[in-house]
Amino acid sequence: MTRWSGNRTLEVVTLALEGNIFALEASVVREILDLVPITQVPNARPFVGGLINVRGKVVPLVDLRVRLGMALKPPTIDTRIVVIELAGDGATLIVGLLADKVYEVTEVAAAALEETPRIGLGWPAEFIRCVGKRGDEVIVVLDIDRAITADPHAQPAAAA
Amino acid sequence: MTAAASPADTFRQEAQELLEQLEAALLDLEERPDDHALIDTAFRALHTLKGSGAMFGFDALAAFTHHVENAFDLVRKGRLAPSESLIGLTLAARDHMRALIEDPEAADAATGTALLARLTEVVGSPAEAAAPAPVAVPDEVASTTNSWRIRFRLPPGAAAAGTNPLLLLDELRALGSFDVVALTDGVPAVEDIDPATLYLAWDGVLTTTAPRSAIDDVFLFVLDDMELKVEPLDASSAPPRLGEILVERGDAKAETVQQAVQSQERLGEILVKTGAVSGDAVAAALVEQRHLRDAEVARSAAKAADSIRVPAERLDDLMDRVGELVIAQARLRQLAIGSGNLALKAVAEEIERLAAELRDTTMVIRTVPIGSLFGRYRRLVRDLSRDLGKEVELSTAGEDTELDKTMVERLNDPLVHLIRNCIDHGLETGDGRRDAGKPPTGHIQLAAVHSGAEVLVSIRDDGRGLDRTRIRARAEEQGLVAAGAKLGDAELYQLIFHPGFSTAAAVTSVSGRGVGMDVVKRTIEGLRGTVEVDSTPGQGTTVTLRLPLTLAIIDGLLVRIGDGRYVIPLTAVEECVELTTAEDGRSRGTSLLNIRGDLVPFLRLREMFAATVPADAYQKVVIVSTGDLRVGLVVDQVIGDHQTVIKSLSKLHADVDCFSGATILGDGTVALILDVPHLVEFGQVREERQRAS
Repeated sequence: MTRWSGNRTLEVVTLALEGNIFALEASVVREILDLVPITQVPNARPFVGGLINVRGKVVPLVDLRVRLGMALKPPTIDTRIVVIELAGDGATLIVGLLADKVYEVTEVAAAALEETPRIGLGWPAEFIRCVGKRGDEVIVVLDIDRAITADPHAQPAAAA
Repeated sequence: MTAAASPADTFRQEAQELLEQLEAALLDLEERPDDHALIDTAFRALHTLKGSGAMFGFDALAAFTHHVENAFDLVRKGRLAPSESLIGLTLAARDHMRALIEDPEAADAATGTALLARLTEVVGSPAEAAAPAPVAVPDEVASTTNSWRIRFRLPPGAAAAGTNPLLLLDELRALGSFDVVALTDGVPAVEDIDPATLYLAWDGVLTTTAPRSAIDDVFLFVLDDMELKVEPLDASSAPPRLGEILVERGDAKAETVQQAVQSQERLGEILVKTGAVSGDAVAAALVEQRHLRDAEVARSAAKAADSIRVPAERLDDLMDRVGELVIAQARLRQLAIGSGNLALKAVAEEIERLAAELRDTTMVIRTVPIGSLFGRYRRLVRDLSRDLGKEVELSTAGEDTELDKTMVERLNDPLVHLIRNCIDHGLETGDGRRDAGKPPTGHIQLAAVHSGAEVLVSIRDDGRGLDRTRIRARAEEQGLVAAGAKLGDAELYQLIFHPGFSTAAAVTSVSGRGVGMDVVKRTIEGLRGTVEVDSTPGQGTTVTLRLPLTLAIIDGLLVRIGDGRYVIPLTAVEECVELTTAEDGRSRGTSLLNIRGDLVPFLRLREMFAATVPADAYQKVVIVSTGDLRVGLVVDQVIGDHQTVIKSLSKLHADVDCFSGATILGDGTVALILDVPHLVEFGQVREERQRAS
């Protein structure tokens, strides 16, 4: 787990899932799309059950709700797809993420970033990089790499 | 991605081809030691390797190759027989050259020295070796004074191309004392002179302390196209007579000179006066020489115009663009059809035709004849047959069959493995063959043939064939099949592709570890191909690899299952029929379809893909074939054929093996491409599980 020290700031994209604010490091985000037609992949793992067309590329669509143990919900008018790019072993992996809403690109000061508390969050701690505060809001910065590529057979830890 | 290749890389590529030529020539030479064309080919390959190697800074390669080239020079001149030991040694030397080309630093110098020592033994006394100037240690030569005869003729276009012959002459003069004569016999009548053409040749004698390589360096940048002859002159012996010089230089025939000498006393006068030599004979010789050169120049010029070298990535890029074009064209077609605008429709159709042609052309550009691959195995077969003490003959057919370049590269490992297996397990020893009433020499045939949109590559041996009882026993032992289960031949033979499966009693250095056949199958499936095995006991085994022509774009059949659209590769599709309600109802329990008297099992894709929307009233069945199995796939609707640009799935979907990839449809949505063999396998497993529960 990365420790944030000194007076560094972290640039993030904030998004909503189930009323909670999550954040992704802005450096991995490639673009944000309106909802596009999703092709279901039969017999795929539930968290990566779809494919979308991103500018001529076939990209897997990840539903973080499954990963975070939330109930599935049909898309709304606010639903967006955040396209991110991860440097995998050898090739970059492009993935779309479903988000209930995307807010903004913002900076979170290092002072506001706290190491993940082990309890009290309700999400599997392994997918969370750290927690930040902005005003009264709690921002959960996801360890998106792990959330996507974690062992396919491991079930997300039960919500506390 | 399109950065120009470095000169060293270009050389490596060229050298690879030369090494292949050399190897092929050597192997042929082993069979036909008297074929001069082969000796010349081998010599030329060695010569070019040495020359270009030195030019691109592969000095170790140039030095090493020099010695091998010398040996072949002797062979070429008929002073050394192309014995088996010489060829074996040269093959080993070729492998060392390859190491020197790939990584000159890492190549084992001791291997090279040992090879050269053995080469010297084979060649005989060092005195016999032509021009034994040790290139590896040129400094030693530098201290002695040598005379060289240098004759050179630049290509007619050299001056126009920027080469100044005077500078070359100056450079030679700088090396030592250089006497030169310009040969003007090539100069035409004044009215025919083209001022931009170089008609002259030069003939001179250089006495210098500089090594031979210094002379070569003078011509370094024009070496490829020019005629250059550098020969050492033995200064210690008495100066030769004029006639001898002419004969040695090839200017006059020995008989002519002899006649001249006999008829008159003063040869010089005769040659000048009678014209017997300086006129007709010399002219004829020159004409012949020029003729040969012109033919060669014309040939190489034609060759240069006919083919160009393009980095493979550029072709990949081109293919990507064509793929995008095909997708865009599909969208255009959809819009045009929807618009009802006739003119737009006509344009869309035109573009569709052009896109299809462009696709085909691009695919053809990417193809290479499979013969380049087959050629590599002659060496493998030769070496293996010696190691294992079996006489094996390899024949090939259909070398001209063209296949995608990537595919050809990836086929290498599986084919090596299959050939090893043939020789090690398939073929009996000489005695075994005699006992079986077969000729002692085993035979392996590699063949490639086009079959529709597929290429079939087969490896056939005339060995003992697969042992059905052994395979069955081993499979039962490993728990792959239930004891006493009924298995067809094809099913039984497929078991040999199971990981860890080997019936070999003993593990040899060649094969028998049970590693490999599964890798063969995996590799071929990775190329969207299939492997089939056929075997007759005592007669031999044939392994057939069935491969698609390309990896990038396929013809597909677009179908709808529930609300999802899927592409079935058209190569797998045999026919489409309607699933009658009667058959649908009757077959609830059995899932068998009656196709013109044949019973064909079918899979309900709606169930397998858990489709939620209600089924169409009239379901269709697409009959597909995989291996020799025919299976019906029940779909809701057959939409039509579709140019399918294959996009591979990410690693997040690596666990889904019913689909070999995805494609983008005309309306921009993604459709999955069915992987028919895996789908059928998955269906069978699923059915068995259902039956069990």
